[in-house]
Amino acid sequence: MAHIVKHITVVPSYKDFVDIVLSKTQRKTPTIIHKHYKISRIRDFYMRKVKFAQQSFHDKLSLIITEFPIVANLHPFYGTLMNVLYNTDHYKLALGGINKARQLIDDCAKDYVKLLKYGDSLYRCKCLKRAALGRMVTIMKGQSKNLLYLEEIRQHINRLPTIDPNTRTLLITGFPNVGKSSFINKISRADVEVQPYAFTTKSLYVGHTDYKYLRWQVIDTPGILDHPLEERNSIEMQAVAALVHLRAVVLYILDLSEQCGHTLEEQLSLFRNMKPSFSNRPILIVINKIDIIKPEELPEDKMKVLEEFRAEGEPVLEMSTVTDDGVMAVKTEACERLLAFRVEQKFKTNKVAAVANRLHVAMPKKRDNKERPPCIPEKILKRKNAMEVDKPTRRLEKDIEQEMGDDYILDLRKTWLLANEEEKYDVLPEIWQGKNVADFIDPDILKKLEELEKEEEARENAHYYSESESEDDEETREMRKTARKIREKRLILTKESGEKRRVEKPRMPRPTKRSRSQAQLEGDMMEMGVDVPNDEHSHYTRAKSRSSSRPPIKRARDESVGGTSRSKSRTPRDKSGLRDSTMVSKVKKIAKKAQKPRNHQAKKGEGDRVILNMKPKHLFSGKRGAGKTDRR
Amino acid sequence: MRVEKCFFCSSPMYPGHGIHFVRNDSKIFRFCRSKCHKAFQKKRNPRKARWTKAFRKAAGKELTVDSSLEFEKRRNVPVKYNKELWQNTVKAMKRIEEIKARRQNHFIANRLKKGKELRKEADRKEVEKNIHLIKSPAAGLKQKKQMVEVVMERDVEEMEEN
Repeated sequence: MAHIVKHITVVPSYKDFVDIVLSKTQRKTPTIIHKHYKISRIRDFYMRKVKFAQQSFHDKLSLIITEFPIVANLHPFYGTLMNVLYNTDHYKLALGGINKARQLIDDCAKDYVKLLKYGDSLYRCKCLKRAALGRMVTIMKGQSKNLLYLEEIRQHINRLPTIDPNTRTLLITGFPNVGKSSFINKISRADVEVQPYAFTTKSLYVGHTDYKYLRWQVIDTPGILDHPLEERNSIEMQAVAALVHLRAVVLYILDLSEQCGHTLEEQLSLFRNMKPSFSNRPILIVINKIDIIKPEELPEDKMKVLEEFRAEGEPVLEMSTVTDDGVMAVKTEACERLLAFRVEQKFKTNKVAAVANRLHVAMPKKRDNKERPPCIPEKILKRKNAMEVDKPTRRLEKDIEQEMGDDYILDLRKTWLLANEEEKYDVLPEIWQGKNVADFIDPDILKKLEELEKEEEARENAHYYSESESEDDEETREMRKTARKIREKRLILTKESGEKRRVEKPRMPRPTKRSRSQAQLEGDMMEMGVDVPNDEHSHYTRAKSRSSSRPPIKRARDESVGGTSRSKSRTPRDKSGLRDSTMVSKVKKIAKKAQKPRNHQAKKGEGDRVILNMKPKHLFSGKRGAGKTDRR
Repeated sequence: MRVEKCFFCSSPMYPGHGIHFVRNDSKIFRFCRSKCHKAFQKKRNPRKARWTKAFRKAAGKELTVDSSLEFEKRRNVPVKYNKELWQNTVKAMKRIEEIKARRQNHFIANRLKKGKELRKEADRKEVEKNIHLIKSPAAGLKQKKQMVEVVMERDVEEMEEN
């Protein structure tokens, strides 16, 4: 684990929290309900709302609880650090409060869902839902301070440096203002603020450096003063936490010039006080600021103190962060010591023995003193020798070409090996009627052809081919002709009927004059072979006479002359208000003319306002591309 | 020089005609005309295009199994040139083609027989059912009647004579 926790989501304030959950409930549950709905449906509707709100509260609170680290599970260094920075008791109480709130909300929702089961109207159900959500909000209101506190902690934790307690680490410590931060700036990529007053560094800083292609963590701690643990403030306590819990090489920095405001004696006593807390790990004493005063130039009494430092049994090094004297030496020494220390530690564990037992390095020994040269077969050797000797080669076409010059003609056939030498330059047939002669070439083609001929003869003898050629007899031909005639006739009939039924103009009632005439009927019948003589036996006339002889159903009314005036039936609309027939025809003509432009627009009249295609696509959608005209 | 076969429609391709397409696995596809080439590019199956030889063979429209078809083949056996053999081959080719053509024609004629029969049957039915369209059932009734009358008159006359 490089950091305390990877990521903690933002803890919203009480108001935001409630807003988020309530609006989510509103958004994600159905919103339309009417009082005439079935009561079970209404209950379900509100129950769903309550349950949903509870679930979202529950989820959000659980997220907070799970994401914040549990102090007991952390590395002791982080545990101490959390305690120093945030006061673990308070932190635990806050998380506990959140947990309790979650439980309360769950219980509350359960209660109200139970009550909702007995809601008997929309209004009551709604009131119950309101009460449920209100109570949940009230519970959350109680947690508003905890939420704020946790949010603060979250922000602070996110800003903490990433310290890995288990890697190779250099830990720098000492009085305030002795040059710890300048040292870390020199050896690592960190950029720590350096100022000429005490407690410039108020928290832990981390830098990284490379040594022997390994990554080293350098931790800069705030300065510590020489007083009992109980009196230390939280800034110092961070440094102490790091000193106590990190398994690192400790660089104790000394200020020889005493510019930091603390005498050498004080620095010695602090070292002695702190030494027990970082026992069991390598320690280096680093004398800083040798550019101001060198250890040799010290007065007598100071020299004595320095001697005492040396007597502590830890290596003492010198450096100056201003002039860079000895800085790299200090770093190298520190890293070497830590490496050696870590290896030593590992050797102490019982894992090492298990691995060491299994290691075995094998070195091959020489079998005997016999020579074993590579083996080359004799044939190959011979060939190799032959290749080197110049032999008279075959005469190549190329040579002939060079000799003859322009008269040369490439002749590939001269090397052909045929049974008969004279045939070499024959002209070969290649194609015959779209067939390749080469495909038929077969040494025993004659034999196969003979077989085929035999087969063919056998077929001939069995009348295999002749039986298929049976000609139709007279009767069949006659029948076929008749059938064709029938089909033609039927085709004509269907076409005629289609012609009659074609819809071109409005279908009118049958005209008074029948379209079938006597002559036509006679012709048709003649064609079908019926002789229709127009004599006394035929009876076209009878039907007609019968109809004409029938007396009229109603007597026509005739204008009574000089009688009393009688009411007439109403004049038809197209003749009303018109003087006489000439006027009628004139008006009709005018009306027809007026209709003309409308006819052009395919309108029935002025009342016809139909727009067939409201939005023709080509007018309302974008430009036409290079492709087809029917797509946009 | 060879006369190649079109990959798609199997028609003969004389030298200097058509297109060759060599796929990157070095298989050569020959197309006699752009129609076949395009069909190939559209990944049409020659067995499913009705106008190809492959379809006709696969659908049983043409003679496929016959001893006369065994002569024309690409035999991957090199044969040395021999004038006599070549002459015999050319002679034999003519005869083989004759026999082949006859057999193929017979095959097709045989295949079409069934349709012929069906059509005959249909004609028979047509005539049986729909003869009234061209010939009224009343046709000749009157003449028959007149004939009967004439015969009867004649009988009467004969009777009187007797």
